[in-house]
Amino acid sequence: MRVGTDLDTIVLHIAQVMISELKLEDVTADTFDPDIDLVDEVGIDSMDLATVALVLRDEYGVRIDEDDYPKLTTIRLISEYIQRKLAQGPESA
Amino acid sequence: MKTVSSLLDAHWYERYTKISKLNIRSSIYDVTNRCNLRCKGCFFFSSDEHKVAAEQMDIAQWGSFIDAEMARGVNLAILIGGEPTLCLDRMEAFYKRLPTFCATNGLIRVPRDRFPDMMIGISLWGDEDDERMLRGKNTFAISSKHYAGDPYTYYLFTITPKQIGRTEGIIRKIRDVGLKVHMQLLSNDEGVSGFNWQPAELIAIRSEMDAMLDAYPQTVISSKYYHEIITTGTMLGRPFGWMECPSVTQPMDHRQPPPKRLTNFIRWASDLKTMHRCCTSETRDCKTCKDGAAHMSWVMVNKRAHMGTAKDLQNWIEVYEMFAKLYQFLPW
Ligand code: SF4
Ligand code: SF4
Repeated sequence: MRVGTDLDTIVLHIAQVMISELKLEDVTADTFDPDIDLVDEVGIDSMDLATVALVLRDEYGVRIDEDDYPKLTTIRLISEYIQRKLAQGPESA
Repeated sequence: MKTVSSLLDAHWYERYTKISKLNIRSSIYDVTNRCNLRCKGCFFFSSDEHKVAAEQMDIAQWGSFIDAEMARGVNLAILIGGEPTLCLDRMEAFYKRLPTFCATNGLIRVPRDRFPDMMIGISLWGDEDDERMLRGKNTFAISSKHYAGDPYTYYLFTITPKQIGRTEGIIRKIRDVGLKVHMQLLSNDEGVSGFNWQPAELIAIRSEMDAMLDAYPQTVISSKYYHEIITTGTMLGRPFGWMECPSVTQPMDHRQPPPKRLTNFIRWASDLKTMHRCCTSETRDCKTCKDGAAHMSWVMVNKRAHMGTAKDLQNWIEVYEMFAKLYQFLPW
């Protein structure tokens, strides 16, 4: 499946994936702060991130390198990462 | 959405920030297959792990192996055995490269000129009578002389069911020689008669461990939540066991669904090629496993599960702090 690739749409979509994959409560894609620190504030760890990365790989055709996890601490940073990779073309996927 | 800062007041948040970036990546190394004791109930010998691999004798090979371990992200080496102090050169190869912890029976003094600030955990299995019965000698008499007052040493006190009502005397002895103590429970891998935990005994020892922590906070490195977890084998309603254990060697871990686990954890045999299933005995029944480090890690890898209430998150912080102190990532 291909989903919208402008930054706001990616942000909303990743929020939705996180909420459903990680069963986060009391939050919607609209209310999920894209700048909140996922590790320090939400308690997400590298295994959670790997779960989310698998879904995003299927949906965007973009692979998130495990070495890059430490840098991807907010939904906005993940979204920008995906957008960059999409712009680089299919060879990076 | 519940977040860390919405759950914690300023005091707890400050404590949280001290541990949240530590990112501890440990692995365990059998430094040698030999020991200068033969304790009844030792998991290493009772499961014949000392026979699975011939020791790597070339010290240069140890150096390049440790470099490769660091390259795959290990930032804490936990040295066990057998008895690591029989091989000081191998210990030094670790210590010179990365944060290192050594588990020892304390019969050989680690020379502090070679290992000035290496954290040492001395195993202790009870009072004089218990030690003589299970280990053949009163090791405390020797180890306490070797390490009295050492700021980087603590006792790893393995409590047996026989010690219910008697732990205070041991804690006091440790305090009196100027050392710290961390408590764990015997798993009784050799089925020594009378040393299996019964439910009522676990209830009794939990309240005794709590009382020791309250009475000797400067000496006992522990947390009440850890006492709860290790004595009940339950965390947030989930039973401990194979499908929950975080301390399984990663390349041998094919569990589905994959549980929360220690990243890149491996327990290596002393040939530096063979891997063991987990941090303790291959043959141990996970249902009765009381391994302290595995239970602590179980809590630590489940941070998000502890974000239901402020109390749950505080419990998580206390267990993390305890682990960080025991392995020198935080001061006492
Ligand atoms: S001192 Fe440790 S390694 Fe040696 S026999 Fe006893 S428990 Fe096993
Ligand atoms: S024996 Fe204990 S440490 Fe080993 S896998 Fe089973 S539960 Fe984990």
